[in-house]
Amino acid sequence: MDTSLKRTPLFSAHVKAGARMVPFGGWEMPVQYSGIVEEHRTVRTAVGCFDVSHMGEFEVEGPGALPALQRLTTNDVAALEIGQIQYSVLCHEHGGIVDDLTVYRLDADRYMITVNASNIDKDWAHVTSQGGGARWRNVSETTGLIAVQGPKAEALVGRLADLDVTRIGYYRFAQGQVAGVTTLVSRTGYTGEDGFELYAPAAETERLWNALIEAGRAEGVAPIGLGARDTLRLEMRYALYGNDIDDTTNPLEAGLGWVVKPAKGEFLGRAAIERVRAAGPARKLVGIEMTERAVARHGYPVVKDGAPTGVVTSGSYGPSVDRYIAMAYVGSAHAAVGAELGVEIRGQVKSARVVKTPFHPPHVKKG
Amino acid sequence: MANVPADLRYTREHEWAKQEGHRVRVGITAFAQEQLGDVVFVELPKVGARVRAHQTFGVVESVKAVSDLFAPVSGEVVEANAELAQKPEIVNQEPYGRGWMLVVTAADAKEWEQLLTAAQYEQFIAEGGH
Repeated sequence: MDTSLKRTPLFSAHVKAGARMVPFGGWEMPVQYSGIVEEHRTVRTAVGCFDVSHMGEFEVEGPGALPALQRLTTNDVAALEIGQIQYSVLCHEHGGIVDDLTVYRLDADRYMITVNASNIDKDWAHVTSQGGGARWRNVSETTGLIAVQGPKAEALVGRLADLDVTRIGYYRFAQGQVAGVTTLVSRTGYTGEDGFELYAPAAETERLWNALIEAGRAEGVAPIGLGARDTLRLEMRYALYGNDIDDTTNPLEAGLGWVVKPAKGEFLGRAAIERVRAAGPARKLVGIEMTERAVARHGYPVVKDGAPTGVVTSGSYGPSVDRYIAMAYVGSAHAAVGAELGVEIRGQVKSARVVKTPFHPPHVKKG
Repeated sequence: MANVPADLRYTREHEWAKQEGHRVRVGITAFAQEQLGDVVFVELPKVGARVRAHQTFGVVESVKAVSDLFAPVSGEVVEANAELAQKPEIVNQEPYGRGWMLVVTAADAKEWEQLLTAAQYEQFIAEGGH
């Protein structure tokens, strides 16, 4: 194994559970335990626990925190109440996406942002250089993160928590003890199922993980690897940084216009994004379904009547929809639902169609 | 321990070959399907196509990976397993049974002799299988 890879506090728990460990964004992570399809179904029908401790967390506080976040992110942070969470993106001046993230309002002048593991260093350099006037603290190393996702997640977390988790709304959080561990309980996730993301001190994350796996037997809990995390998010058409969005894609073409709030005032990338909005994006990220049996993968060309029109950014078999599905950037003229396209796979064009997304109906808690 | 039937021959790319009179049946090994994980797609040549020993004849895809399939021997495809189009998961469930992929007419006995025996293949995967 490559010794330069970083390990989460749960590394030995994964090895003990028989996980297959793989390199992912500089980390040695579990890709699967029992099998990707079975793990995917466990999350859709019962509950699964994911180690996402590799993700980064930065805290920012002081009177300069809100102005810094308003300048750095595209969404309107001023709209956040204490205890509320917001999905957003960090943009370059040219409108490309530095990262996608969630913003937590911890207190009047204190926030936390959660960023992608592979982007921690890049994001830290970006927020500290562009988000001046506030006190930033990188707490990634000392913070563990477990996602508990599935229709039985509320029952499982509720039984171990000293707070009433049924009162935590979607994209809201509360702090309390879960299995005796001080935890920030966030009603968020990356699967389309109801569930929580539990932030805990790194040193106590394994204790929390073991308690969830042990107590969750009644609910049929299982540990879930990155493989199923990817198929679950793909069925929801959630973007994955590095696949579907990156420094060269803008939020409008990626379908993230709903987190861009130019009315809030100036922010990094605003002028560039407004130019794209005025002209209309040249290409759009769409959901496609293969109508001919074949698996579309990241990087495969997309064609329309034999002419190139785009590229696949993510693709796989979707276990819950039982179809071969993908996300792709295609020319805006061919982005409407129902458009007939082709995906070039090993030199052969296989037929595909733009479909409505999400591919699978979400079951997140509303209201 | 890996399941390596004694009556089959093997390639270093983890295909198995079974002599059936003048024909050879081909599939992937239990070790291969275990390494791949859930098989979600199999692409095979049509009946009548010619395959060549050590050359790719198709593709097997798991959720995460695309892998080429290599012919153990040269010959003409006389059967291709049509069931795998609808149920690729049987490659995981029965790699040596219903999960077979091709039957080819094999002309060259020397190619057969060059394939790994069960004992040699077992040692090969014990050493990592690369």
